Amino acid sequence: MIHTIIAYVEDKPGVLNRVASLFRRRGFNIESLAVGHTNRPGISRMTIMVDAEDENVARRIEANLYKLVNVLRVDDLTHKSPVARELALIKVKADSKTRSEIVQIADVFHANIVDTASQTLVLEISGTAEEVTRLLQMLEPFRIVEVQRTGVIAIQPGDDQDYSDPSLFETIQTKQD
Amino acid sequence: MPILSGAQITMEVLVKEGVELIFGYPGGAIMPIYDAMLDYNIHHVLTRHEQGAAHAADGYARASGEVGVAMATSGPGATNLVTGIATAMLDSSPIVCITGQVPSQVIGTDAFQETDVTGVTLPITKHNYLVTEIAELADTLREAFYIARSGRQGPVLVDIAKDVQNEKIEFQWIDKPVKLPGYRPDMSADQRTFQEAADLINNAERPIILAGQGVIASGAMAELLKFVERTNIPLSMTLLGLGGFPASHPLNLGMMGMHGEAWVNTAIQESDLLLAFGMRFDDRVTGNLANYAKHAKKIHIEIDPTEIDKNVKVDVAIVGDLREMLAKLTSHTDQGNRKEWLSKIESHRGDSAVRDIKHMPDMGHLYAAHVIHDIWRLTNGDALVVTDVGQHQMWETQYYHHDTPRSLITSGGLGTMGFALPAAMGAKLSCPEKEVWVICGDGGFQMTAAELTTLAQENIDLNVAIINNGYLGMVRQWQEFFYDGRYSATPMLSPDFVKLAEAHRATGIRVSKREDVETAVRKAQSTPGVVVIDFEVEKEDSVYPMVATGADLDDMIRRPKPEIEW
Repeated sequence: MIHTIIAYVEDKPGVLNRVASLFRRRGFNIESLAVGHTNRPGISRMTIMVDAEDENVARRIEANLYKLVNVLRVDDLTHKSPVARELALIKVKADSKTRSEIVQIADVFHANIVDTASQTLVLEISGTAEEVTRLLQMLEPFRIVEVQRTGVIAIQPGDDQDYSDPSLFETIQTKQD
Repeated sequence: MPILSGAQITMEVLVKEGVELIFGYPGGAIMPIYDAMLDYNIHHVLTRHEQGAAHAADGYARASGEVGVAMATSGPGATNLVTGIATAMLDSSPIVCITGQVPSQVIGTDAFQETDVTGVTLPITKHNYLVTEIAELADTLREAFYIARSGRQGPVLVDIAKDVQNEKIEFQWIDKPVKLPGYRPDMSADQRTFQEAADLINNAERPIILAGQGVIASGAMAELLKFVERTNIPLSMTLLGLGGFPASHPLNLGMMGMHGEAWVNTAIQESDLLLAFGMRFDDRVTGNLANYAKHAKKIHIEIDPTEIDKNVKVDVAIVGDLREMLAKLTSHTDQGNRKEWLSKIESHRGDSAVRDIKHMPDMGHLYAAHVIHDIWRLTNGDALVVTDVGQHQMWETQYYHHDTPRSLITSGGLGTMGFALPAAMGAKLSCPEKEVWVICGDGGFQMTAAELTTLAQENIDLNVAIINNGYLGMVRQWQEFFYDGRYSATPMLSPDFVKLAEAHRATGIRVSKREDVETAVRKAQSTPGVVVIDFEVEKEDSVYPMVATGADLDDMIRRPKPEIEW
């Protein structure tokens, strides 16, 4: 099962390497990893999509992430109905005959055409990973030239957790079953 | 405010952290620190190889419980530390390694003696740092010591660029707590969890304690004794747990695992409750996981949450410092009476006694068991023993009985040959009043024998017992059992160890008969400096019992019973 794990990390050199090395060394399978700055100076946020065969493996991944000195906080959003989005840029072959059909498909997926050239179109889609995959399947017959997916980013919906509270990053302890 | 160089700041922090001793080897990229060292009251031991420095720092840490420090230059100096760092990592030993790095301006250009040391050591350190800004140097070093000695202890490496060592800034030591927001060494369980564990304990009929190194690391010896005597639960130990509970205590069954006592492994398999205290269910102690203690509930007290459910799924997990957790747990438990269970375990012991080589006629041969048993007897069981890795290491656990913590130092997790001699150097320097014995094989001894000269230079007084069987014995044993006796690359010619010792300014003795063991051991005890005894033992003896890799824990290869009556 794919788990959606959020890691808040110190924005220091080598931290991405430490996280990636941990997953490699312990044999946990990363589906995607997206990282960016937060509104808080010095703290970056990672969304890690990971294939964990059961809850026990997911819990161990969480514990292993916590063990990294530069990891401030870990949340497993898998069972919290996260809002999850992925951005993709897709360059696809398009000639005078196929162009309008591709534009129609893009419309259905709420994808934008961000570049038009004589032989190709570039589509920009933001959606769930499944939506991106389905769009790619729809475009496959037209010959996809190039694809870049960002990997999924996710956030917990609702008012439960206020991450602007600095104490969340200072005192949290690893949860115990 | 005084103006100090990075090198001086490094030494200032080391002094403040209580460092009195550094094991190391100088070189280009760390020369400023070595220069500053002369002005500080810290003694430096020049090992003959950086691996020896890391092992010595490790031995120092394990014998004293304090952080050991190893130092090396960039590139080859740092990579030579790697085996020692990995050894400390697998056995959770607190050491800080300080390495010089090429100047920050040329990092990444493949400069002379440049290696990405933080990259190389990332998976084998608890944490590591590359310092390229002098403003961060002091805090980084303080964090390194704090991380090494807190929580589940382990090695931390600080790689310092040479320009940072030379640069000067205003520096004043400020005694403030280390601030690491993402580091949580102290954890505790809630009351409910203790009650759950206590309910399992109070209702168990065949419980057994599995005591690991956590007992020693957290200093939980008294708490463990109290728990055992209140609940009357028999106890077994991992290799690294030996000494955490007196071997002479009637409820101490002995070591578990691949070469553990047969009755211990059988008891674990028959038990209905395992109490794992500060141990991590290593494959060498569980055997085949699928059939491991199948009928037992499991309680795991462990400081490292990543160990919970890693190898063995447990019913109750208590994450925290064993000493505190055990004290809390004990107050929830009832007085126990385990007569039936204890007498059942006792019945398993009889069969093992007749298979004990110590009780068999020796037919004029010298067995390792005899040698180690005699060393135990002649040192009154009070020596600090440092072993290498292999057959002699397992025989040591069977024939030297440890009643006190930190009296056995051995490379358990990584199984590093060559560990013993340099680790013993560190151990002896941390407890000069202790009688220190190295017990090692002829193979492992040769890996780091160059440290004999370091011992001479430092006037260190310790004794070395080489269990010399002319083979890489443990591998030979596996070849005998599992590879049809095809001895591939295990027969080994050794130098004349007596002459080798003498060339290194030590005393050498050769023993090949049992009646000469006592005289040699006594001579070693009364001779100052290093004494190396070359015990020429039975060449093809094996360690019994043995659980083959992948076999169930109670499926043991046993020493054949003697054919003649005695």
